[in-house]
Amino acid sequence: MDRNSKKAWLYLLPSLILLGLFLVYPLIDVFVYSFEECFNFASQTYEGVGLYNYLYVLHDPYFLQAVENTFVLVIITVPVSTGLALLISTGLSSIQPLRNLFQTVYFLPYVTNTLAVGLVFMVLFQKTEYTDGLINLVIQLFGGESIDFINGPHWAKMFVLCFYTVWVVMPFKILVLTSALASVNPDYYKAARVDGTSRTRIFFRITLPMISPMLVYLVITGFIGAFKAYSDAVALFGTDLNAAGMNTIVGYVYDMLYGDSGGYPSYASAAAIILFVIVLTITCINLLVTRKQVRE
Amino acid sequence: MNTSMKSNKQLSTALTYVVLILGSIIMIFPFVWMILTAFKTQAEAMAIPPQILPSNWNFDNFVTALESLPFVNLYVNTGLLILFRVLCAVIFSSMAGYAFAKLEFPCKNLLFGIVLVQMMLPSQIFITPQYLMLAHLGLTNTIFALVFPGLVSAFGTFFLRQTYLGIPNEIAEAAYLDGCNKWQTFTKVMFPLTGSSMAALGIFTAVFAYSDLMWPLICNTDLNMMTLSAGLSTLNGQYTTNFPVLMAGSLLAMIPMVILYLAFQRNFIEGIAMTGGK
Repeated sequence: MDRNSKKAWLYLLPSLILLGLFLVYPLIDVFVYSFEECFNFASQTYEGVGLYNYLYVLHDPYFLQAVENTFVLVIITVPVSTGLALLISTGLSSIQPLRNLFQTVYFLPYVTNTLAVGLVFMVLFQKTEYTDGLINLVIQLFGGESIDFINGPHWAKMFVLCFYTVWVVMPFKILVLTSALASVNPDYYKAARVDGTSRTRIFFRITLPMISPMLVYLVITGFIGAFKAYSDAVALFGTDLNAAGMNTIVGYVYDMLYGDSGGYPSYASAAAIILFVIVLTITCINLLVTRKQVRE
Repeated sequence: MNTSMKSNKQLSTALTYVVLILGSIIMIFPFVWMILTAFKTQAEAMAIPPQILPSNWNFDNFVTALESLPFVNLYVNTGLLILFRVLCAVIFSSMAGYAFAKLEFPCKNLLFGIVLVQMMLPSQIFITPQYLMLAHLGLTNTIFALVFPGLVSAFGTFFLRQTYLGIPNEIAEAAYLDGCNKWQTFTKVMFPLTGSSMAALGIFTAVFAYSDLMWPLICNTDLNMMTLSAGLSTLNGQYTTNFPVLMAGSLLAMIPMVILYLAFQRNFIEGIAMTGGK
């Protein structure tokens, strides 16, 4: 080994040791756990190696519910939040007066504690024996029937969760898109305006293609983030997500480990590996589809 | 023709403002409601029709929240968590990123591939083995436990590698000719040049550490060793229907970060904008 590459290893050493210790080793560990059958946490023993943990998880109605919830959440929130963020950031970039004020307001939720705001959403949407939440009062004002969004029908709970998730992820997306829009070369716009191109046409023919790499980045990270949803659901529906029928895949992993039904690291590991396979598949599909579109 | 185009433009500008104002009301409303509710009595918070302003602006609910949770510990724990995670992530990622971008060594591509795979994995799947490791070492309920999974950042390594790739090699060569050795070139010349990227990585790491709920809940079950997020979630269990106290607690948890954001708003937006631009 020559002197230079020895030096390079010195730079890498801290990261490599830590990555190995905290990420590579645990990853191998998760795989091992997920195949050990009847693992006993107290005695650290197991009875066999096989696919039983996976079969158990895949037949657990709570897990299937969690998968369904997670998919609904992903399919609704990713397009909605990306679309709205595009709308808002385009609006922000097209105005001059008050722009800074608007930016402050739109970016503020990014630094706030999602759990704290989740509690506010719960208060706003909840309907208890004593009182209707503010949202229900507004619904009644318009002649509608009040609904319990927190303990009521499943679609209502899903609506709140989606609404809240969109609210939480918007600031970051607006932030990224605002800066992407700012980095588009203004000469393109000038040229288009000289040619008398309409605003809609400018948007679809110049703006959108120019910021498409950033949109792709947002969609991919949005999918990954939405699949990992957990703390949003806890903030709205409390820690017993299975009882509320609002569990997510990550929530299921947590419950299997530490919840009231916890103490099953094997099932948790199997569920985590299933989540990983889902995320990896979706990310690969995303990359393939978007690569094609960006090239066009 | 000209006037119709002009009024058309005015109309679309007006429409833009309407959309932006509606949007910002939705974004800001939860905060406003949180502040108002925190000052109400329980009866006022549940009144029908809803009472918008509290009749008495007093701090009773804040006192109750402060008494139910060891807020000083929570602030200190969260502060230490953020400090250590940001420092370690920035320093180690800088070193590794520099090596990946500017130095030659065997197995470079293989190692970098491993870093990329780590980035794509959901961090939750590491939680079980990380916890078991910690439990074996008997280190649960410590600050170290909070910090430990965030000491190294695969994302940060990738991110800073991209930054170092953007710095021309001539700068390093010039430093070398001026008599710097490799380490000095890194610490005195290259490292300071990545300031804004490090700031952006620091912000990402800090916001993530601050909002992270699952790991702090798992590793530290002692209330005195929890972070703000974790502590707040236990307050939710204690005061399920006492909204004013819940809101006061939430407000207390949020205030430091909001103040920091408002103070460093410009650097914050620039720091993140820079990542978006690439």
